[in-house]
Amino acid sequence: MAETFLLEIATPEKSLLKEQVTEAQIPGADGYLGILPQHAALLSRLKPGVLTFVTTDGKEHAIAVHGGFLEVKDNHARCLVDQAERAQEIDLTRAEQAQKKALEQLNNQGIDLDIGDALAAAMRAEARIEAARKASK
Amino acid sequence: MPSLIDFRRRIRSVKNTQQITKAMKMVSAAKLRRAQDRVIAARPYSKMLRDMLANVAAAAGEGATHPLLEVREEKKALLVLVTADRGLCGGFNGNLIKRAVAFIRENPGIEFAYELVGRKGRDFFRKRYSNVVGENVGLFLKAPTYSDAIEISKLVMDKYASGEVDAVYLAVNEFKSVMAPNISVTKILPLEVPADASTTDYIYEEKPEVLLGTLLPRYVEVQMYKALLESAAAEHAARMTAMDSASSNAGDVIEKLTLYMNRVRQAAITKEIIEIVSGAQALG
Repeated sequence: MAETFLLEIATPEKSLLKEQVTEAQIPGADGYLGILPQHAALLSRLKPGVLTFVTTDGKEHAIAVHGGFLEVKDNHARCLVDQAERAQEIDLTRAEQAQKKALEQLNNQGIDLDIGDALAAAMRAEARIEAARKASK
Repeated sequence: MPSLIDFRRRIRSVKNTQQITKAMKMVSAAKLRRAQDRVIAARPYSKMLRDMLANVAAAAGEGATHPLLEVREEKKALLVLVTADRGLCGGFNGNLIKRAVAFIRENPGIEFAYELVGRKGRDFFRKRYSNVVGENVGLFLKAPTYSDAIEISKLVMDKYASGEVDAVYLAVNEFKSVMAPNISVTKILPLEVPADASTTDYIYEEKPEVLLGTLLPRYVEVQMYKALLESAAAEHAARMTAMDSASSNAGDVIEKLTLYMNRVRQAAITKEIIEIVSGAQALG
């Protein structure tokens, strides 16, 4: 049996996952972080993206996360994310629409547009779409 | 002396009331369970965030400065009062408001401003106090969400960071047990960083100071969210208890009225018999 570590994902509203996994890819603020068992202690911010992990039965799972924090310590990875959705729960067409809308807003910026908000919306939509695609593969 | 019909009417009316209070009790019980689940579901995040903050603060060291950590002399303070939107929950709102008013009186040296969450507290303070800077009404009609907490926290942190107020107090009903809520008035700003840090040597992707800056506002939000959830749970618990005693009081009233009614009926029958008997005697 492969070595594992405990991956925990929680949003302010609920705990989403607490499971033994063999590896995980986590969207850190400066790029994706691959986490394997016995990883050194680490603290980082997260950016919107797809968090993938492999459970002990060898299956790969994807969760879209939208910003937060990551702490790795004592073979225990804890992700505090603002929002998260399991890939299976994502409505791909809706996410695509949201992305289209966000990109449109960015392209023809009105006066009242909050660029940060629109950018964040676009990134969230992208993360969702990617996660959903990964799950359907 | 009220007639039999009057008694029947009153009994019927009390019974209707009892039905309503019983239904409200049941609804509150169901809502309480859901509210409690929400409180429990929010716990892992808040615990992990607290641990992380303690670690980062320790790593950032004594020199860490942040607008939310700055301690100033308290001349002006913001009081965040979290009450329910609805009544019929016993002393839930009244006791908290009383406590808040007492707190204001105890600190005559501080000039208070008010941020009012919940209709009951707003209605009270709007009439009596002038310095209301924000109100947030209606979020307890459904379950409070994290974005509600963000909205309130943002206002609070802005006021504090801009120096408009020197401290922020939060007055809220904490959920302690179903029987009675625990009224608490606590200082939430300036932030006190939890100090029980472990001495793990982390790899930092960013400077601890930067990380601290993003963690601190989140910590305030989480505390606010927790307060909202607990208040919601305590409100349902208070309403359930209040409606339970209302139902049993209605039962007592019905019992008493039925007793009176039977007595009146019996008296009427006795009177009639006496009349018949004495009539017959007069004829005989």
